[in-house]
Amino acid sequence: MSAPSSALRTGQDPYHLGHAPATGVPEYTGHGAGGPAPKRVVVGYGFWLFILTDVILFASFFAAYAVLVHARAGGPGPRDLFDLRTTEIETACLLLSSFTCGLASIAVARRSLLWTEVALAVTGLLGATFIGIEIHEFARLVAVGAGPDRSAFLSAFFTLVGCHGVHVTAGLLWLGTMMAQFRAKGFAQNIRHRYLCYSLFWHALDIIWIGIFSGVYIIGVLMQ
Amino acid sequence: MSSQYSDEDFDAGSRVGEDHVAGQLPHEPPAGGVRSELTGYAIGLVLAAALTAAAFFSPGSQAIYGPGIVMAVVVLGLAQVGVHLVFFLHMTTSPDNTNNVLALAFGLIIVSIVVFGTIWAMYHMNHNMI
Repeated sequence: MSAPSSALRTGQDPYHLGHAPATGVPEYTGHGAGGPAPKRVVVGYGFWLFILTDVILFASFFAAYAVLVHARAGGPGPRDLFDLRTTEIETACLLLSSFTCGLASIAVARRSLLWTEVALAVTGLLGATFIGIEIHEFARLVAVGAGPDRSAFLSAFFTLVGCHGVHVTAGLLWLGTMMAQFRAKGFAQNIRHRYLCYSLFWHALDIIWIGIFSGVYIIGVLMQ
Repeated sequence: MSSQYSDEDFDAGSRVGEDHVAGQLPHEPPAGGVRSELTGYAIGLVLAAALTAAAFFSPGSQAIYGPGIVMAVVVLGLAQVGVHLVFFLHMTTSPDNTNNVLALAFGLIIVSIVVFGTIWAMYHMNHNMI
């Protein structure tokens, strides 16, 4: 009697995938036996598709960088320019901010305004520290004559890393509006869905950064 | 028979103003406690930090065969991407996630074609121009 119901409640195979419709489950024409997916799942899927297109954009910049990394026009190379100590601090900031963003997700699911705002504020501070260090690094490179106009290698480097930096900056603006919206409007459904998209965006930026610190900085220092 | 189900059991959150996961009743707190969710993020953080540290230590390390260091850094990076996907983005094998995983697989195919295809084509073009 209670088999379909308990399966629904524990979340195991709620849609009865690969099975005949459970007895007693009403037919929802056109939606499958379990009904349409919840809006939270649909919103997450749509934003995930956007993130994947953004990843493809970064893949193009990665490919351009990989092709142009040896085109230095007699200028400095990665080994002359990159300081891995700086990259380590940037990486730590972004990884910790991804973690605190996850903590904010836990607080949002519990409708805790205080912890949501605290976790988001820490996320924002870590993200701002990352951007500050990156701007400082870019300024140092330009000051030693290694700006984006020096060589094709440096053009590709500033495009790739700068594009990620622009994304993080946009993420910080988004984070500020999320904090304001939680304060002003509470944990309404649409606000929580916006937060879901924001958290996907922020975690995805950290994944892009893995590619940058490995492929550009660490491997760059290893190259001739 | 049908009386044990209410419409709410099958409502998939399409009503305005309410949101719940199919398989969970409305207003039911998320499955598992705060502790289990915190543990998930903490495991992800520890694994990601360990992989990051290994990647940053590898250039000056004697533990890895010299010419293999680049490949080691690539592998450590890919492993960390996996950690982020599982522990931070919650990619799972649950039915809710099937579409996300398929989209990810398609995205990875495109990314591979763009990156490796470009490097491959441009390497051979440079070679032929010399």
